[in-house]
Amino acid sequence: MDFRDSPEEAEFRKRLHAWIADNNPGLPASSTDDEYWARQAEWHTALYDAGFFGLSWPSRFGGRELSSVYDVILDEELALAGAPPRPSLGYLVQGITTHGSEEIQQRFLPGLISGRERWCQGFSEPEAGSDLASLRTTAKRDGNDYVIDGHKIWTSYSDVADWCFLLARTNSDVPKHKGLSAFAVAMDQSGIEQYPLRMINGVTKEFGQVVFDGARVPADNMIGEPGEGWRIAMTIVSHEREPSEVGYVSRYVKTVKDLEATVRANPGAFRSDQREAVAWAYVQAEMLRLHVRRRLSERLDGPDHGPGGSIDKLLMTWVEQTVGTAALSVAGSRAVVDGDDIALKIYLYSRAQSVMGGTSQIQKNIIATRILGLPTA
Amino acid sequence: MDTRHTSEQTELQRTARQLARELGPRLVVDLDDDERRTRLAEAVRDAGWLELRHGADEGSPVASGVEAAIIAEALGESVADVAFTGPILAADLARRAGVRPADGAVVAFAPDLTDAAVVPGPATSVPMLAVDAPAHGSVDAYVLVPEADGYRLAMVEADGEGNGTDLTRTVRPLPADAPVIPLADQPRCLTREDLDAWAALGLALTSADLVGLMRGVLAVSIAYAQQRKQYGVAIGTFQAVQHLLADAHCSLEGASSATQYAAWAADELAPDEARTAGRVAKAYCARAARTVCETAVQVHGGMGNTWDCIVHVHLRRALLSSQWFGDDGEQLRELERTRLGVNDGLS
Repeated sequence: MDFRDSPEEAEFRKRLHAWIADNNPGLPASSTDDEYWARQAEWHTALYDAGFFGLSWPSRFGGRELSSVYDVILDEELALAGAPPRPSLGYLVQGITTHGSEEIQQRFLPGLISGRERWCQGFSEPEAGSDLASLRTTAKRDGNDYVIDGHKIWTSYSDVADWCFLLARTNSDVPKHKGLSAFAVAMDQSGIEQYPLRMINGVTKEFGQVVFDGARVPADNMIGEPGEGWRIAMTIVSHEREPSEVGYVSRYVKTVKDLEATVRANPGAFRSDQREAVAWAYVQAEMLRLHVRRRLSERLDGPDHGPGGSIDKLLMTWVEQTVGTAALSVAGSRAVVDGDDIALKIYLYSRAQSVMGGTSQIQKNIIATRILGLPTA
Repeated sequence: MDTRHTSEQTELQRTARQLARELGPRLVVDLDDDERRTRLAEAVRDAGWLELRHGADEGSPVASGVEAAIIAEALGESVADVAFTGPILAADLARRAGVRPADGAVVAFAPDLTDAAVVPGPATSVPMLAVDAPAHGSVDAYVLVPEADGYRLAMVEADGEGNGTDLTRTVRPLPADAPVIPLADQPRCLTREDLDAWAALGLALTSADLVGLMRGVLAVSIAYAQQRKQYGVAIGTFQAVQHLLADAHCSLEGASSATQYAAWAADELAPDEARTAGRVAKAYCARAARTVCETAVQVHGGMGNTWDCIVHVHLRRALLSSQWFGDDGEQLRELERTRLGVNDGLS
């Protein structure tokens, strides 16, 4: 067991530290402002071009092919500098590398990793949330194309996406989990319209709704085999649940640092319960940082697509909501006097963490039955 | 960076778990089996585990905090009724003072259990507590005697029997007015840094014990939920029960991640950083362990509230491990002091 950087890791950390100092875009926290989402692409390409993104992914697709633990070094240094978190799209990379053909991987991974091609994820629908397999969007074969009809929601970055990683029903005559397929659908076409969703903290540029009305996708853009869609979706969501994959820990550590600085500037102005809320948020964020180190170390011999991500997702949710509550506590009356208060926005956004990527209740079902071995009724 | 156990550490963990499972109590009534308890104590001694923190080359310990934490966790998992953390911490303190550790000795703690007892005079002036000493016979406990440039070790002997809450480890009172016996040949004065490093180990080992307790009590509870039937089905099929146990499992995993770092930090980081890592782990583990043990009592229903159900043995032990070196509230207060610049006395 060694938590210390190897000489190579230390050199990388030093180089990264210096680069961030010169290139930190000073964006607001991702959860609080549309400006972050508007400029996220710029941050992605800047990180990538400097050699600090796609660290553990294959070099033939533009990754750096470093060991998995380099991602936690990135998270830690971003947090230390108060820089924005790394773009979270590792789960799409996992989905494409695990299930896509060589042609699909060569066609799509370089643009996805470099940030030159933007992606959104079309899974959830208004009537298919936790019960994802009941989704109704259809893809019907028409010559060399499939024709897509349906309605997707919670589609992150749909307003700027070039491609949609779409889950659609290609066969209605088989059980619901077996009739789904996955596609890379070009977003720039007349059969697609997208509408922003406004979240409870006012952010409008993270999530969208996408309506497909006769949109077309070449059959060659199918990812995996016909009917493989459910398995692909499960690979993707299992990684979407991992803080080691999405990099959110840097966001929590940064918020805690800001809260600590606020209290430290005038400790006497805060009640003991406010100070304790900040100290507890520090403990939680530290736990998650160390948990990510552990998880990425466990991946040094290759990724695991099992249900463990559900544990990580619950831990991450507890941390985000603890940090959000601490921010609200420290803000006191400010959070109700000023509707644009950042602490208020952090708090409101934190409530989504127990829903997005699968609700906490779904995670607990998975943990209970697939990890703890409890029986199903 | 590779936070996984080495192959030797994995092997030690396997051995320690096996020993603790074989010789630890399976039922509450086993706690009265003196023969089993004696065999357990002999096995722990024969494995050399009580000497892990004795001095080896150039004063460094025989084994690191990681190995000690692996054993502490394994013993906690099986609520093994054997002294380990107490003697280990005494040996570690003695090593730092350049003294050969006395067999079976432990450290005396102040009544709030958060830190080693400091005795300025020739006799103890207030009652103190020896934690995790042998259950019977006289107890030898190290105390700290302040000097101009730090602390010297001295020994207090007592015969008092404890009536501690933990049914697997002792808390024995050391009466006021007990004579303080100076130790000859003490080459090093203990500095504040020595004591921070020592406390970091104490925080890591008590956290590891809590991680083990959570793992053990959760395994017992899952087995019970699979077998206990109501409404004609196992209660483990009910989501209400499943979610309690899933929450508990996540708490265990988070606690484990924080504790592994604290155990590593005890020997690898500067004393103040190591102690902060220990405080983080302990704050997390103390809160988590109480909730997990309470969940275990709840899942066991009415039987969980009876003396003969093993889970209160875990809960009681968790209460002691939480208080020992300070519970979550104490750790948070200290983190506020060091990280938020909150001075003592500010309410």
